[in-house]
Formats: sequence, structure tokens, C-alpha cells
Amino acid sequence: MSSNGAVSKNTETVKRGLAQMLKGGVIMDVVTAEQASIAEEAGAAAVMALERVPADIRADGGVARMADPEKILEIQAAVTIPVMAKCRIGHFVEAEVLQSLGVDYIDESEVLTPADEEHHVAKSGFDVPFVCGCRNLGEALRRIGEGAAMVRTKGEAGTGDVVEAVRHMRRVMSELRHIQHMRPDELYAYAKEIQAPLNLVEEAAELGRMPVVNFAAGGIATPADAALMMRLGSDGNFVGSGIFKSGDPALRARAIVEATTNFEDSALVAEVSRNLGEPMVGIANSSLQPEEMLAGRGW
Amino acid sequence: MSVRIGVLALQGDFAEHGAMLGRLDAEPVEIRQPSDLEGIAGLIIPGGESTTIGKLMERYALRGPIQALAEAGKPIWGTCAGLILMARDVGRCQPLLNLLDITVERNAFGRQTDSFETDLEIEGISGGPFHAVFIRAPVVRAVGPGVQVLSRLDDGTIVAVRHGRLFGTSFHPELTGDTRLHAGFVEMARHA
Repeated sequence: MSSNGAVSKNTETVKRGLAQMLKGGVIMDVVTAEQASIAEEAGAAAVMALERVPADIRADGGVARMADPEKILEIQAAVTIPVMAKCRIGHFVEAEVLQSLGVDYIDESEVLTPADEEHHVAKSGFDVPFVCGCRNLGEALRRIGEGAAMVRTKGEAGTGDVVEAVRHMRRVMSELRHIQHMRPDELYAYAKEIQAPLNLVEEAAELGRMPVVNFAAGGIATPADAALMMRLGSDGNFVGSGIFKSGDPALRARAIVEATTNFEDSALVAEVSRNLGEPMVGIANSSLQPEEMLAGRGW
Repeated sequence: MSVRIGVLALQGDFAEHGAMLGRLDAEPVEIRQPSDLEGIAGLIIPGGESTTIGKLMERYALRGPIQALAEAGKPIWGTCAGLILMARDVGRCQPLLNLLDITVERNAFGRQTDSFETDLEIEGISGGPFHAVFIRAPVVRAVGPGVQVLSRLDDGTIVAVRHGRLFGTSFHPELTGDTRLHAGFVEMARHA
């Protein structure tokens, strides 16, 4: 009755596995330990520790960087659910710092100011798993090729406008449906066209889904938004500014968790949407200048 | 005849359990509210976040009906977060089912970078070691009377337990291709 196997850590199975445990859940942006506790109490499956939520990054301008390690440690001490943190695109030293702090997942995120305009972090070499943003299947598979163990559609963070999240999720799901019906020779050509590793295109075609867990992000502000993204095929939701920039964060957080679980139950989504107080103010994506769009960061 | 096995579908990797059941002669049924429990022969509580699942279980008044299922002799199996939820004591205040007289330590190996895979011998499972995936896994620190230990790590840490038709595992058989544990559970449910 004793085990006899060697122990292997940091395998693809355990990296991708944690994302599988987060499915059907909501990952909430928090900037303090107090917010992290509110998120956990509301039923968040994980929290994302950062210095400023995307709406404030937008409002304040300037360079957005990895959060202060002290703040991350405080948040880790406050909750038992997984704690994620963001590093700048291509900033492998920020990623190493976050790994040394023992974060459970790193988001190499377009929400922060990119540190490298050509290279993403070589993620396979890290012990800690990574999640990355994508707008289409090619971008998702490039990130997985670099070692991402989870992806999320980018949407447009800090706006409270779900239109970009919908655009990116629809695009990804449509491309996944499309490749399932391709002949092998068409897959070769398609991999070249979308600039994605062939083996991953083949794997996605065979599975009929993304090879790793795929969440939605960027603009989800209401329970109905959360249910919409699940109906479009998302495995779960990241909610950033939508919760702690609203009138009653605890109530709204709980409602978004319930809508993510019961996304097919419109009566329940209606029930949890009642009297939630003020949603975040929001910025319509159509009013943003191209240079104000965060989703264009990364490639 | 295909047997209906419930999988608690509030949050976590319930789809992976459903896929394992689909490979066997079993029909997975996603459970989100008490009425979904009608007509199931057994219940699996999946991996996920135990605080999230526990809060939703309380919100949808699922605790009593699941406890009643256990009292009626239906098999119930919790993996990882499911093991936590079935415990009597986890050393902190969170909604629990109190079905197994065990004390559980959450995140017992540390953070995600301490997650691991290994091979285990499991009591009652023949055909060689079982490949086990541990993700931010809990372990069983103490068992009460009547609770049988089914598997331990080399250092003696308890990672699988049974009490009658109630089972708990620290690891995730649903993340491997090995259906032996699911097959045993389905057979027990069929005859329960």
C-alpha cells in the first residue's frame, strides 16, 4: 500500500491541470488584501493581484508594471484560493520575481505596458504556469507554443464594454469549429496562414477545442455579460474593473459568480441581477482611439 | 443498462469527470440544484475551488439533499476539492458536507509550483500502480473510526480514504486516461 513512483513537478499536466480546476469559475482583479477577501467570500475561484485595475491604468496613464511584491504577499496571506499576478509582455525578470514569490499563475498581460515589442516570455522554462491573452486562434496557439498553460480572450480591459470580449471569443470559437472539418493538407496551409505551430493546429483540430483552458476577459461588467461569454463557449471569466469599480462590489461579485455557474438559466441570471447598484461607469470601445486599445499589444 | 451518475457542476473540472463516465457504461448528469439529484445512482464531487463550490452548494440548498443521498446508501466520491467538501474538519470555517470522519489539510504540499504527479498503489485497485495528479492538493491528516485508508504516499501521508460507499481522493483520476477508479465507482453505484 505504499507508492513506488518518482515524483514529477511542473509538468504540462499539472500546469494545465490548475486551469482545469478553475473552470466554470470567476477570477477577480484585486489590488488589496481586503479586496481579495471580499472576492474569496463572494466565491471567486482565484484572484489576480495587481497594482491598479485596468480602468485606473487607463485613467492614470503612465507605465503600468508588475505589482509591488509586498502587496502580492499580503494578498497571498489573506486568501486560500489561487493567487495570480501580471507581468509585462516579454518581461521575463518580472516573471521570475513573481515565480519566486510563489504566485500560482502568471498572466503575461497586455493590460500592463509591454516591455518587449518583439518577444514574449519563453514560458516553457518556468516552473509556474502562465496564462496569456489572445484575439484569435493563431495568437492563442503561438502563446501555447511558448508554454502558456491557459489562455484568455483579450477583450478590451478597463472599459466595461463587452463588445471586444465577444468579438475575440466568437473569432476563436469559430476558427476552432472551422479547422475540425479541414483535410490534413488544408491544416498545413492554415497553420501557415494563422502563423501557429502546426502540431498545435493539428491537436486543436483533433480535440475540437483549444488544447488548454480558455477563459474570457476584458469588459465583463454584469452577470448577463458573464453568462453571455459562457454561452459563447468560454470556460470561465476574468473580471477586472467590473467588480471593484462598481457600487457594491461584494454583491456584484457574488452575482457574477452565480451567473457564470448557471449561465443557461436566464431566470437565475435575472434574479441575481436585481438591485446590484451602480455598474462601473464604462467607456464605449467605439469611442477609443486605436492607440488607446490595449488588445493590440502582443502579437 | 446505463447507470446515471451525478457530477456536481457548480465549478471545477466536472466536464472531465463526465468524459470519464462517458467512456464507461454510465450517463453523467450535471448537478446544479437539488431537483437534479433525482434518479441518480451515485454522485461525484469534482476538483475545483472548495470555497467556491461550498458557497454555491449552500446558496442552492444542496447540502441537505447530498447528505440524504449518502444516508440512502448511494455512493459518493470526492476528488481534491471534493475530498475537502466531504470532510468533517478542514481547520478553518467553510461550508462542508461532513460525510467522512476525517481531518483534512488544504494546500498541504504548498503552492502551485509544488503540484506533482506520481504513481500510487491503491487498495482494491489491481493491475499495477495508478498514475496520480496532485494539484494544490489536500491530504488527510487524521481518520476517525470506520474510515479505511486506501493509499498513502511514501512518507505515509494519506491520499485516499473510504468509509462504506463514501470515497475521497486527494488526486485527480479524471485528468489521466486511467478509468479504473471511475469503473469501480460506477459498478458500486449500479448495485447500490
